Amino acid sequence: MAPYIGTATSRVDGVAKVTGAAKYAAEFNTPGLVYGSIVTSTIAKGWIKRVDGSAAMRVKGVIDVLSHEHRPPMADDDKAYADEVAPLGSPFRPLYDNRVMFSRQPIALVVAETSEIARFGESLVRVEYEVEAPVTDLNRERDAAVPVKPPTNPFEALFTPPKPRGAPERALAAAAMRHEAEYCTPIEHHNPMELYAATVIYHADGKLTLYDKTQGVQNIQRYVCSVFGMKPEDVRVMSPFVGGAFGNGLRPNFEIVLAVLAARALRRSVRVVLTRPQMYALGYRPAMIQRIGLGATTDGTLDAITHDAITVTSEYEDYYRQETGWSGLLYTCANAKYAHKLAKLDLPTACDMRCPSAATGVYALECAMDELAVALKADPLELRLRCYSERDQNNNRPFGSKALRECYRQGAQAFGWDKRNPEPRSMRDGADLVGWGMATGVWDAFQAPITVRIALSANGHAEVACATSDIGTGTRTIMAQVAADMLGLPLDHISINLGDSNLPQSPVEGGSWIAVSVSNGIATTAASIRDELLRLAKQIPNSPLAATAPGEVALIDGKLADKGDVSRAISISDAMRQGGVERIEQEKTTNPSADAARAHNTHSAVFAEVKVDEQLGVIRVTRVVSAVAAGRILNTKTAGSQVLGSVVWGIGMALHEETLIDHRFGRVMNANIAEYHMPVNADVHDIKVIFVDEPDDSNPLGIKGVGEIGIVGVAAAIANAVYHATGKRVRDLPITLDKLSP
Amino acid sequence: MISFHYARASCVGEALQEVAGDANAKFIAGGTNLIDLMKMDVERPTKVIDITRLPLKRVERTPGGGLRIGALVRNTDLAYHPLVEQRYPVLADAIMAGASQQLRNMASTGGNLLQRTRCAYFYDIATPCNKREPGSGCSAIEGQNRMHAILGGSEACIATHPSDMCVALAMLDAKVHVGSASGDRVIAFADFHRLPGDTPQRDTHLNAGEIITAVELPPKGFATNYTYLKIRDRLSYAFALVSVAVGLELDGDTIKEGRFALGGVAHKPWRDPQAEAVLRGQPAHAATFARAAGVVLRDARGYAHNTFKIDLARRCIVRALTQAACGTPQSQSAKKIV
Ligand SMILES: Cc1cc2nc3c(=O)[nH]c(=O)nc-3n(C[C@H](O)[C@H](O)[C@H](O)COP(=O)(O)OP(=O)(O)OC[C@H]3O[C@@H](n4cnc5c(N)ncnc54)[C@H](O)[C@@H]3O)c2cc1C
Ligand code: SF4
Repeated sequence: MAPYIGTATSRVDGVAKVTGAAKYAAEFNTPGLVYGSIVTSTIAKGWIKRVDGSAAMRVKGVIDVLSHEHRPPMADDDKAYADEVAPLGSPFRPLYDNRVMFSRQPIALVVAETSEIARFGESLVRVEYEVEAPVTDLNRERDAAVPVKPPTNPFEALFTPPKPRGAPERALAAAAMRHEAEYCTPIEHHNPMELYAATVIYHADGKLTLYDKTQGVQNIQRYVCSVFGMKPEDVRVMSPFVGGAFGNGLRPNFEIVLAVLAARALRRSVRVVLTRPQMYALGYRPAMIQRIGLGATTDGTLDAITHDAITVTSEYEDYYRQETGWSGLLYTCANAKYAHKLAKLDLPTACDMRCPSAATGVYALECAMDELAVALKADPLELRLRCYSERDQNNNRPFGSKALRECYRQGAQAFGWDKRNPEPRSMRDGADLVGWGMATGVWDAFQAPITVRIALSANGHAEVACATSDIGTGTRTIMAQVAADMLGLPLDHISINLGDSNLPQSPVEGGSWIAVSVSNGIATTAASIRDELLRLAKQIPNSPLAATAPGEVALIDGKLADKGDVSRAISISDAMRQGGVERIEQEKTTNPSADAARAHNTHSAVFAEVKVDEQLGVIRVTRVVSAVAAGRILNTKTAGSQVLGSVVWGIGMALHEETLIDHRFGRVMNANIAEYHMPVNADVHDIKVIFVDEPDDSNPLGIKGVGEIGIVGVAAAIANAVYHATGKRVRDLPITLDKLSP
Repeated sequence: MISFHYARASCVGEALQEVAGDANAKFIAGGTNLIDLMKMDVERPTKVIDITRLPLKRVERTPGGGLRIGALVRNTDLAYHPLVEQRYPVLADAIMAGASQQLRNMASTGGNLLQRTRCAYFYDIATPCNKREPGSGCSAIEGQNRMHAILGGSEACIATHPSDMCVALAMLDAKVHVGSASGDRVIAFADFHRLPGDTPQRDTHLNAGEIITAVELPPKGFATNYTYLKIRDRLSYAFALVSVAVGLELDGDTIKEGRFALGGVAHKPWRDPQAEAVLRGQPAHAATFARAAGVVLRDARGYAHNTFKIDLARRCIVRALTQAACGTPQSQSAKKIV
């Protein structure tokens, strides 16, 4: 049996997904289910004077109208609402009191016998407000932004700017070559295909089974228990399939609170599904203004980096990530300084969105590097190589592995970078100006503690269980591959059980840490299954493995075999049956190797070609090559898809995506996916993904995770290509055609 | 979304009977616009009359050599109809430049004419909008107006008509056939949609109780020198920032007749006889086209986010007329400007 790890294995749940057999949170049914429709605020700031649900209540089929005035009890302290990944502050409490803190805030829930009646009822609820003027404009608030608080623990330190080094201001002032500029990126929303939804099954004894769209079932379980004062054994959260979440489902969203509120109020099973516009009242990638200063010698050695960020969050929580530190990590530079301020606005709290901090921070840095290259008359790729960092200077440590040079080399070759004419506006194709740009990508390689249970049956089938989600990345598939290899079984003998809070512990699925965590977790548990099998095998009379030590056996092709001499083997079923067991079950926790002495990162090199109609400014991204170094690739197909999808997202970030807020109303005005533009097929052309070899020993399997790295650098490569094509530098995304007009 | 009654009509007479005297009734054809607006509580009909069974689904030759398109012909069927492809390719192209395959499969000819503006404030009942709620104010004039009008706007409303198909129909001098309890009438395309003035709640000159039965095309289709150029914020599936439908009749290098209509710039597809007069008898080259563009845009006015459209429109007009003159019409499938 060939190993599955490293192959292009198709998704094990692909058929279930395309045939509709895979069920999502809004698709679980139960007799007597009722439906909630959410009333949201039409104002962005102020107080609710009155919620009048009387007209709704007169509609036949409407059961109740819940609001802060009329709802079951909820916890009244911030701690109860602080989930596993909550930032500092005072978390939003849906339907808690009469304060309105952002537009489209949920303020009432109409519950009815059908979803249509609920929706009709919702349209009849009248709300009176005391209105205050909202502030939602980052540009207006930039001077009022306050520095992020210094970290009080290692977790917070991940998000605050790294320590400065050297004398950056002096070095910048004295630099022979200096580039300083401001880069702006707008609020972006995640827009997963699946709407946020929760189906709460109310059991006769008051226990709840919750189906929720989430990236972490156990995070939801703990949250619901603390908000509603329930016992963990009374709340089970399931999320077997998730139609995209991208960071937006890391924290509990309000559908789950509203559905549980209604279920407890009515003692009935309830479903709540957000509408598409309501999805724009959830978290978002914060808008930001970044100022980058680069000082260099004339030969292109960096001598100073300053990176300042002002990012957006709500009035009630301090969400921020470390945009700034990437600069001094990616390039060697003796003098570096970072600053991060927060602008607190009348919006919901920002949240993680695919590669939070790096997608935006590295965008600014890599555009600035391109501008420095232009100033130095240097090839942009040459400049990166000259400044290549061999150490993480922010923390003064080496990298666990870093095959970025190879990314540059293979990416440049596949793209044909050496044929680039450095002169802007020099390359043409008919009416189009052609531009070639490149950028670097970098992201973290995290690993988190996780517990995996494996149950092996004597018939050679295994069930692998872990509470992790599969948010669409292919987690289920790589889990099956790893288990199949570790247990020496065919892929279709493995069944994967995930997305259930009753299963062994898992962190939320985010930060690209699940593949590495769960795979190593499976390896650990599989090893103890193997040990148990060996114990049984040794008990067999004349066992060929009688003298074999635990470290010397492996599970291969359904057998437990001596690695030194595979003819000395006993089949799994013989070992178990003769040992008198039908089933071996092991549950083990795997902690990350405590390797803080080295930096753990993934890297990429992105090359982009754009064609810009000279007369009209229409931009097409005709080619992208993304060369990624991310340790061992578990599945070239699903990993390739992650990078492809990320590149498409990068195209959107560069050219299309922007949440438009009317600051007078503090309200998102393009709250739908017709007017919130992201790339469609016509915008996506030739994308080539390369995985370069990157042996890594930071974890036993040498895995890093690829869910996010693919987006980093894409927007910068495109922006740089647009400059190369047109000679026009656009520093605020998205680059719409009006920004190119003469 | 409110609760509503549903009725299905099997002939025009029945449809007219259902709608008669009921100000809160609405016809539904493809539903691609009406349902969205109902979901947003912008349209709140108490009765929805399904007209999809009406026998208005044929594309027929008229005795005069033109074409009569039933009001319920689907956008896709119209775009791919052999007579349209051969004789009115600019119409086929304009349709194909709009929306998505799925939407075009549902959308009807009549519904396309009556689709409402995409102004974000019009769609959001939390904000003032004169078109939705007369007298409440226009949020766009001082708000987000990237998609808004540069021509023909008023103090009350600067919305645009979002249709692509209608831009080609305007250029082709189509006629709209309308039926009502009091008899049938025919409206010239230029008179069908209206400017906002101080009654922006009215998009067209169609009266309550009237139904569109057909759209008629005159014989002249400009099948040799034509183009439909649409500029938008992504390469497909977005409404026009500016679009141009062009038809030229050339005599060698000289323009015998030149017509162009603009989309995305006004409350209606924009034709300007004075600008077209500039083309007549002139050489078909960029200088002529730029002069015509100058004339059509002479009164253009930009707002905070859409001033760029004035210059963009000028360049689009020149490009579109150039494409048409060269006989190299814009391809709607290549997603590349020719
Ligand atoms: C996401 C999205 C993107 C789109 N993009 C584009 C685009 O790029 N370009 C473009 O041109 N269009 C676009 N459209 C709009 C689309 O073309 C229209 O929605 C469609 O043409 C409407 O036709 P329908 O038959 O579905 O109309 P319906 O929604 O059924 O009806 C629309 C209106 O017309 C009335 N009506 C319908 N038929 C008649 C009749 N025979 N007589 C009298 N009244 C009638 C209805 O009462 C209703 O008020 C888009 C739509 C969506 C949702
Ligand atoms: S432009 Fe017209 S449709 Fe838009 S807000 Fe103003 S009045 Fe309403």
